[in-house]
Amino acid sequence: MTYEVVIGLETHAELATITKLFCGCSTKFGVDPNTQVCPVCLGMPGVLPVMNKKAFEYAMKAAVALNCKIDEFTNFDRKSYYYPDLPKNYQISQNYHNLGVDGYMDISVNDAVSRIRIHNVHLEEEAGKLIHPEEVGADYSLVDFNRAGVPLLEIVSYPDMRRVDEVESYMQTLRKILLYTEVSDCKMQEGSLRFEASISLRKKGTDKLGNRVEIKNLNSMKSVLKAIEYEAIRQRDVLDRGETVDRETRLWDEVNEKSARMRSKEESQDYRYFPEPDLLPVLIDEKWLRAIKDTIPELPLVRRQRFIESFALSEYDASLLIDEKILADFFEECVKILNRPKAFCNWITNDLLREVKDRKLDIYHLKIKPKQLAALVEIIEKGTISSTIAKEVFSEMIQTGKDPKTVVEEKKLAQISDEGLIEEIIIKIISSNPDAIEDYKKGKKNALTFLVGQVMKETKGKANPKIVNDLLKEKVGI
Amino acid sequence: MKIDKEEIEYIANLSRIRLTEQERELFVHQLSSILSYIEKLNTLDTENVKPMAYTNKVSNVFREDELEPSISLPDVLINAPATKGCFFKVPKVIE
Repeated sequence: MTYEVVIGLETHAELATITKLFCGCSTKFGVDPNTQVCPVCLGMPGVLPVMNKKAFEYAMKAAVALNCKIDEFTNFDRKSYYYPDLPKNYQISQNYHNLGVDGYMDISVNDAVSRIRIHNVHLEEEAGKLIHPEEVGADYSLVDFNRAGVPLLEIVSYPDMRRVDEVESYMQTLRKILLYTEVSDCKMQEGSLRFEASISLRKKGTDKLGNRVEIKNLNSMKSVLKAIEYEAIRQRDVLDRGETVDRETRLWDEVNEKSARMRSKEESQDYRYFPEPDLLPVLIDEKWLRAIKDTIPELPLVRRQRFIESFALSEYDASLLIDEKILADFFEECVKILNRPKAFCNWITNDLLREVKDRKLDIYHLKIKPKQLAALVEIIEKGTISSTIAKEVFSEMIQTGKDPKTVVEEKKLAQISDEGLIEEIIIKIISSNPDAIEDYKKGKKNALTFLVGQVMKETKGKANPKIVNDLLKEKVGI
Repeated sequence: MKIDKEEIEYIANLSRIRLTEQERELFVHQLSSILSYIEKLNTLDTENVKPMAYTNKVSNVFREDELEPSISLPDVLINAPATKGCFFKVPKVIE
């Protein structure tokens, strides 16, 4: 039997505010446990939450960027459940009037664009972190509430995806949009961006959706894809045996690369949503919405298209550049100074990214500035240095933040274009390599390449290769 | 509206409380009569009335994204029934 896999994703992104959603505690990552908490985020009796305006506006911004409809009225609801990571025994979330609804996001797979609908975008608070001790037989868990109350954006897609490459593109595109709009740092290793997948199978050609299985505990994009592949096969086997797929929640086991059913007690949830009495509703007028819309930058896919059209870059190059907003910005700054898009693109996507990787540099705090890279490209064109030497100069620049001219002077890397000097060296090389001259005269063309190499070696790569070539040919008598 | 014992048990389970047989009996009667009382509201015609969750006309109350001091670790843990180091200690959560 041929089946169609139907996939939807739920995404949680921590918003990039410096304080929590309902209190002034810091959201800083990696500090000592329970040092960023207060009576509000610990759920002490009698405290009142007050909404962080920036968090709300970040959520609006994301909803706009995901093409959602934003109603004039929105409010918050209590979602009740008991779990030790939730100090109030309820989570403040949205259920009846989500901030954004009926949006969409365009994704690109193998250069074909498809549209994934967004069911809703809403704002809620993060839970605390549970730590399970590693000692054998430990009968307790530990709780750190530093994350409790951090603003969390939830983005729920429609089940519009059919293949893992679409899921991958969805995750990458969404991550880029959240980074471009600067609403989240999207650091997956810090839990700032998390995904949950829901998967069902149906016979090809039918419309009715099969029973849906939700998969949690997906710690990386790779896990998401692996878990979906695993689940599609598991469900296919169930259906092929003539059985029905249970509607359930499963947990992904990253080590063993398989999923297991969550305890049924935990999945039969009854959240008893009701409007949060401690928070007032939010009314969004045209003027406010307009102001938020004005802060949305050009989004990744649009920017990629512009790069292809305005700078004659290949799809591949443009994709590499827009992958990180900071790099695309760097590129555009360079082009503004000197109109050599292809050259800058090469420097950024090859040398810069390699140096960043090899030296583990932080691309958000690069020492090299666009005007310095522009100056480097300029002196290569002028012939002050060769393109080989330029790589050495670039490496120094990215490590020290020095201007290219300074590096060239300090390291005495300027290209030798003094014909007299080059001629002297050539004479020396010719007299010490009589065999090569013979070979060349016999018609072995690569003997000349060898001689050029010798001259370059003698000058530590600084001789102007064109002059060397011309003078050599002249000397060996052609 | 009549509530049965299963319903009471379900609510008790959601609330993480254990009830005795006597209490179950008692709550079946009490909750049923409370619901019957509230049910009187259903006799009103609310067809053209919008649901209202807020009686206060105020909206859009915000704070700026500005740091305020958190409380000290001893104060954080002072009411906790069990602690370990700087953590709250809770019964084992089964994964």
